Amino acid sequence: MIRANDWRGLCVAVIGSLLLGIGACADGERESITIRFWVMGREGEMVQELTREFEAQNPGIRVDVQQIPWSAAHEKLLTAYVGRATPDLTQLGNTWVPEFAALRALAPLDALVDESPQIDPNDHFPGIWDTNVLDGELFGLPWYVDTRVLFYRTDLLRGAGYESMPTHWSGWRDALRAVTDRGGPGRYGILLPINEWPQPVIFGLQVGSSLLADRDTRGVFSQPAFRESFRFYLDLFRDGLAPPVANNEVANLYQEFERGTFAMYISGPWNLGEFRRRLPAELQQEWSTAPLPAPDGQEGPGLSLAGGSSLVVFRSSEHQQAAWRLIEFLSQPEQQVRFFELTGDLPAHRSAWNDPVLANDPQARAFAQQLERVVPTPKIPEWEQVANRVWEAAEQAIHGANDVDKVLAELDQDVDRMLAKRRWLMQQREEETP
Amino acid sequence: MSSGLARKKARAAWWFLTPALVLLALFFVLPVAAGLLLSLTDFDIYAVGDPSVARFVGLKNYAHLLSDGTFWRAVGNTLQFVLIGGPLSLAVSLAAALLLNEKAVRLRGLLRTVYFAPVVTTLVSVAIVWRYLYHPRYGLLNFLLGQIGVDPIDWLGDPNWAMPAIILLAVWKNFGYNMLILLAGLQVIPRELYEAASIDGAGPWRRFRHITLPGLAPTFLFVSVTTMIGYFQVFAEPYVMTQGGPLGATRSLVLFMYEEGFRWWRMGMASAVAVLLLVITLIGTLIQLRLDRREA
Repeated sequence: MIRANDWRGLCVAVIGSLLLGIGACADGERESITIRFWVMGREGEMVQELTREFEAQNPGIRVDVQQIPWSAAHEKLLTAYVGRATPDLTQLGNTWVPEFAALRALAPLDALVDESPQIDPNDHFPGIWDTNVLDGELFGLPWYVDTRVLFYRTDLLRGAGYESMPTHWSGWRDALRAVTDRGGPGRYGILLPINEWPQPVIFGLQVGSSLLADRDTRGVFSQPAFRESFRFYLDLFRDGLAPPVANNEVANLYQEFERGTFAMYISGPWNLGEFRRRLPAELQQEWSTAPLPAPDGQEGPGLSLAGGSSLVVFRSSEHQQAAWRLIEFLSQPEQQVRFFELTGDLPAHRSAWNDPVLANDPQARAFAQQLERVVPTPKIPEWEQVANRVWEAAEQAIHGANDVDKVLAELDQDVDRMLAKRRWLMQQREEETP
Repeated sequence: MSSGLARKKARAAWWFLTPALVLLALFFVLPVAAGLLLSLTDFDIYAVGDPSVARFVGLKNYAHLLSDGTFWRAVGNTLQFVLIGGPLSLAVSLAAALLLNEKAVRLRGLLRTVYFAPVVTTLVSVAIVWRYLYHPRYGLLNFLLGQIGVDPIDWLGDPNWAMPAIILLAVWKNFGYNMLILLAGLQVIPRELYEAASIDGAGPWRRFRHITLPGLAPTFLFVSVTTMIGYFQVFAEPYVMTQGGPLGATRSLVLFMYEEGFRWWRMGMASAVAVLLLVITLIGTLIQLRLDRREA
């Protein structure tokens, strides 16, 4: 769809480039370069406010932002890679970095970071930074971050006798039971949609399961660590503390939260904005966020997922320096705060979190605490497949179709099959470099 | 005509055919052969980056598919779509064609356009409208059902209802095309036959049974074969409406193939699905032709 604005922009661009062309012919002036930047979803619209300022500061560089819907992003990036039509830089969900690094599509950034006066790795959350490092090389710079925390109804928790969120599993489960009992039939302590992988995976990571082993070539879901966490997860359903429903069976999440159908929900930063927008005014004082509880005997908070988006430069780009300049610009704390104000995306730089906008936001504070305790999921291209298989296994176990040990053994079997190629590749690599 | 001349003519004919044959070879035979070859390899995301790591795996992809529940679920869904949606679509097309062929019906030109309109409307915009019609709370369909006291149905969210909902949409979207072809078939049946039958005392049902149906048989066969082949390849409707969900209830074979190929980038596996789909469609067509021959 082309709107009037775009047309105007296009005309300006066309005329501008014509004039520039004439100018360049006339006196051989230094040509300006254009870097192509792909950005997903709503961020693609918002980031243009920032790139305009970047262009003003860097007269020689023009930024051509192309907006890509999330649902088509992965496919488009891969087909662009196959068709040799990748942009100079792009936003990349950090779970996709391993895949594009494996394709050797991304330029390593270590040397650029070392030379950069602006980028300080210590200003980043270590877990998030780690998602971009593969075999010791850095392929992406965190742009905004994402993790999962508890969203909860403070009034319902207080009603059940809890002034604050318990910090450990056993206390948390007691609180869930108290809230469920007090709520009566049709009400639950927490909503954990059974067709989502993050919840069972998070519990597994919290107890220290590596999920995969042998350089991420085999599943270890049936081993004691993951099994313990899996049982904890399943018991939440068996004890009636969470309803065994998929997310498409919850017609309107916000309405159900408002009604008190469930008192807690594990979710990410996008719901900060949604809860503020969609819950009625009288409920705005009655909800909050908390970092995830930790397994008993561990120091809290419990681990959560290191999510978010990184900025990456393509190896095939002819303007890698210019692309890096843009990344540096977007990493400045003030730009990170502006981007947060525009989109609600949480900044990747710790220094940006000191800005009053974020420091004074009580509901964002849980994220700041949680982000210090995040770990990446296994950094392999097959992870999304594995993750999908995890929730299928969990769903089977919740519906009680199979006994837990059998479900987990089958999960490992399937995961091993998905990773057969990777196993072979790793073997090849070991043989080459003894 | 001497045999030399015939040979010369034949050679000329080949020359005239060459452009078509080259195109066919380039854009049909070659890709199919490549697909067949690809289905014998484990070409995947790693091979996209470095083709040398693709391995020849023989029939392993096929063996895996045949033992994979998701694949059989997709086969089942596709068969459900073909066996219920196909005949339903044919029946609706035939009914509409008969209606439009009836002189007594007024505004036939308008109706023809109206019935054909869904065929030429883009599916994506149609899907948006139908998603509203199917909406569990605000949808027109549930509103109408509510009027006669039927509880609301979660059309696209309930695994049992999602496929019927997709079939309904597909039939509505596609019946106009077959209707036009059947209408053309109806119009070439000589009027005199009907007049003669009337004089002999045949009622409307017997005229339909003994003149319309036999006269329409060749057209009907063509339409049913193309419909079946088309329905075996159902992709766009579930892709835009449900993405194969809920719980894989609307994942068709082609959607499964698409996911294998472009979601997980298991090109070898996706090619194997394509080959199996070809085989299944062929079997379906053969059965249909055999049935028809027996009838005739």
